[in-house]
Amino acid sequence: MSRPVTGLVAVVASALSGVIFGLGLAVARMTDPQKIKDFLDIAAIPEGGWDPSLAFVMGGAAIVAFFGLRLDRLLRKPLAAAAFAPSPAPRIDRPLVVGSAIFGVGWGLSGLCPGPAIADLGLIAGGVLPFVLAMLAGSWLAEAFPIPRIGNNSAKMAVE
Amino acid sequence: MEHFTPLSAAIGGALIGLAATILWAFNGRTAGVSGVFGGLYPPRQGDVWWRLAFLVGLPVGAVIGANVAPRVLAEVATTLPAVDLPVIGMVVAGLLVGIGTRLGRGCTSGHGICGLARLSRRSFVAVAIFMATAIATVFITRHVI
Repeated sequence: MSRPVTGLVAVVASALSGVIFGLGLAVARMTDPQKIKDFLDIAAIPEGGWDPSLAFVMGGAAIVAFFGLRLDRLLRKPLAAAAFAPSPAPRIDRPLVVGSAIFGVGWGLSGLCPGPAIADLGLIAGGVLPFVLAMLAGSWLAEAFPIPRIGNNSAKMAVE
Repeated sequence: MEHFTPLSAAIGGALIGLAATILWAFNGRTAGVSGVFGGLYPPRQGDVWWRLAFLVGLPVGAVIGANVAPRVLAEVATTLPAVDLPVIGMVVAGLLVGIGTRLGRGCTSGHGICGLARLSRRSFVAVAIFMATAIATVFITRHVI
């Protein structure tokens, strides 16, 4: 378990990170569910109607983050917290596979994933509020009532 | 490809990468949005305020971007985003996204950006799976039903 993050500098840095993240989403227009669906709609490739923008967003972000997320090699600890959060065990388990598959269906139905959905509260609050409330409920329900089969599987794997 | 906006996409992406860098350098945390709000429950003492600050920052940044970006980059649309599902559909989709990202421990930002940037095997698998089911879902809802 990673250690709690407290202190004014940590909270301000966090707010700044959130603002820049939301700014990036809006600049790239990832706040628009139709643009997300236009990327996921690969059947439009032959007609020339496909929009590859999302790949450029992920690419641009991953290139910057590739260097930024290696700063722990230069710093002994984070600038405003006690320790870097440890990486999860590199294990491909059933919850990862099942969860990601479920997430993709919800993403494809709505064109919304967690970041853009919350960012859209600033632009189209009425439109995304039902989605955001259901998303929070779903996340917290999945934690409070883990599906037994999946829960057992991950518990067993943890013991192994 | 009339809607393809490579320049604003790459700049917006770089800003997201910068946001992830700031959160990692200062707080030692991964900027995965589902992870940030997921960690609010169960609440842990001293682990709440940075999460709320990040989450409140997202819509603030989006409002700034939606107002400024179209004036700087001509390719950025000026219209408001639009949702195309009825409320019940939005609730179902939101539940699936909430449950799925909790089980899979990550979403488009945690696995899709931070995980890939770290060359995590788990994240490459997660991204391949959620891209595949999302593409299948859009294919069915746009071209089959």
